[in-house]
Amino acid sequence: MHFYPMTKQPIITVKDLVKNYGDFAAVKGISFEVYEGEIFGLLGPNGAGKTTTLEIIETLRQKTSGSITVDGFDIESDTDSIKKRIGVQLQAAGYYPNLNLSELIVLFSGLYGVDKSPTEMLEKVALTDKAKAKYKDLSGGQKQRFSIATTLINNPRIIFLDEPTTGLDPQARRNLWDLIREIRDQGTTVVITTHYMDEAEVLCDRVAFVDGGYIIGIDTPDHFIDELVSSGFERKKQVKLANLEDVFINLTGKEWREG
Amino acid sequence: MNPKPYSNIKATLAIAKASFRSILRSPSAVVFTLAFPLIFIIVFANIGGGGVTVDVGVAKTCDTISPVYQALRNTKVVHLVQDQSAEEMNTNLSKGSIDAILDIRKNNSKPPFTVNVEYTKASAEKGNILRSILSNIYYNINNSANVGTPPVAEIKETTIQGREYKYIDFILPGQLGFSLLSSGVFGTAFVFLSLRLTLVIKRFFATPVKRYSIVLGEAIARMAFSLLGALFIILVGHYMFGFTLVHGITTVLNMLVLSAIGLIIFMGFGFTVSGIAKNESTVPPLSNIITLPQFLLSGTFFSVTAFPKWLQTISYALPLTHLNNAMRKVAFEGAGLGDITHQLLILGVWFIIIYAVAIKTFKWE
Repeated sequence: MHFYPMTKQPIITVKDLVKNYGDFAAVKGISFEVYEGEIFGLLGPNGAGKTTTLEIIETLRQKTSGSITVDGFDIESDTDSIKKRIGVQLQAAGYYPNLNLSELIVLFSGLYGVDKSPTEMLEKVALTDKAKAKYKDLSGGQKQRFSIATTLINNPRIIFLDEPTTGLDPQARRNLWDLIREIRDQGTTVVITTHYMDEAEVLCDRVAFVDGGYIIGIDTPDHFIDELVSSGFERKKQVKLANLEDVFINLTGKEWREG
Repeated sequence: MNPKPYSNIKATLAIAKASFRSILRSPSAVVFTLAFPLIFIIVFANIGGGGVTVDVGVAKTCDTISPVYQALRNTKVVHLVQDQSAEEMNTNLSKGSIDAILDIRKNNSKPPFTVNVEYTKASAEKGNILRSILSNIYYNINNSANVGTPPVAEIKETTIQGREYKYIDFILPGQLGFSLLSSGVFGTAFVFLSLRLTLVIKRFFATPVKRYSIVLGEAIARMAFSLLGALFIILVGHYMFGFTLVHGITTVLNMLVLSAIGLIIFMGFGFTVSGIAKNESTVPPLSNIITLPQFLLSGTFFSVTAFPKWLQTISYALPLTHLNNAMRKVAFEGAGLGDITHQLLILGVWFIIIYAVAIKTFKWE
């Protein structure tokens, strides 16, 4: 388990956030804080308002009401300062066509106004041997790792990852967890959304459950589980000491597969 | 944190560089901007080059030593066909694939030669050309034989010195305009639509880059690519097909300035199409609605003056017509930009109209 600093400094504060699309209320007044240096998970079913919330914090969408500060900057008045301090991975976003990974890193360095060598960035996500490859020719796991590399170019204080492990095989998923933990350990705060509870359980320091536009709970995964157990909850089926995914990993090996 | 202040210029140039690389690697851009115009130029420069030729079948019995025959052989317009049998010649004459059959017979009495010509209704116009060539030869030969008889009338011909207007001088500016049109409309529409649909622009918005940098960067890249393409087309035309550049390098520069103006307007159409199109498959039909009429009606292949009046009215409403005309005036007549203010003014009006529409229809996401 990750060790928390003694004082939990909020780096993102969301207060009474509301987002309406016409008559439809996607986010109905949610408040939460993300602490500096943690991996924070936004969990919930499709259409719960996770991506909308994330994109408002990322300055990509206008809020209807409420207030948000990111690393001390107000979302309304300091959009540019926030953009310089965050790294964003979008769900299902593509990259500029016909360019290889090195050239894409050069492009993003220009967009962020920083000087980063492609090799340095690709090294962080173990893709140096793919420097001349096109994004569309990468495997699912490599694509996600490359996306994460582009979020790190501006040395961000916070990175946002929207369902980074969806569609990956168990090895690629574990590989990506290691990468995300590494990033956290180097001092970057990580905000992540996922549908996989096993992932949230092992990866996130704290999680918030979002449903129907509200936050219905926010705590550490351990605490949530303990609470449920102490309320007398029992799984219908006797829990074994391993599950099928453990079998899969045990049979096919932990090594990351390319391709 | 980054100590240097954020530079919009750097960001714009980063996009321009990325876009330029991407265009160079996109086969359709290269094909439309360079290959198509060059193919058209090569085809038309070769078939259209000499203008008219009259194919004249030479009968086997024809006296080829006679002065009439020699005179015809030295006439550029006349192409003498000798490798066909009498039967073939007759069929071809009736189809009009040869324009006349010639049979010159030497007589033992006076006049020493009889010229038998068989014309065909299938090719009456070329027959008329041959008829006047023959009567000219007839007049000259008879004249030089009958020295002493004073002529009734005399023709004095003078040809003023002028530049020879070759077909390439017509076709190349038209193809250049077409290249700019397709690159501006198709290229811009496809790029912005796909950047929008694949969320590339959205990802850009998560960086500190300004919106105008994205548009400007793309425009710079397309401009650089299209102007290099234009330069290439002009140079190939000049050195391989004798395209006329009256004031040499100055003319080339003027043509490039015109190309830039044209491209900016055509990109406006591209922005509009990218905004209206729902997905990639709606881009080609929408773009064709804009490019095809101009391709046919703007004097790309035939002069607008060959059209009936009502069609000319439509032609003169299209921006490519005025770009083509301006281009021809600059290249062949040696006009400067100051001499084509009429064309520039109409292009200016188009600029205002199309960007007003583009700003209304353009979508970022």
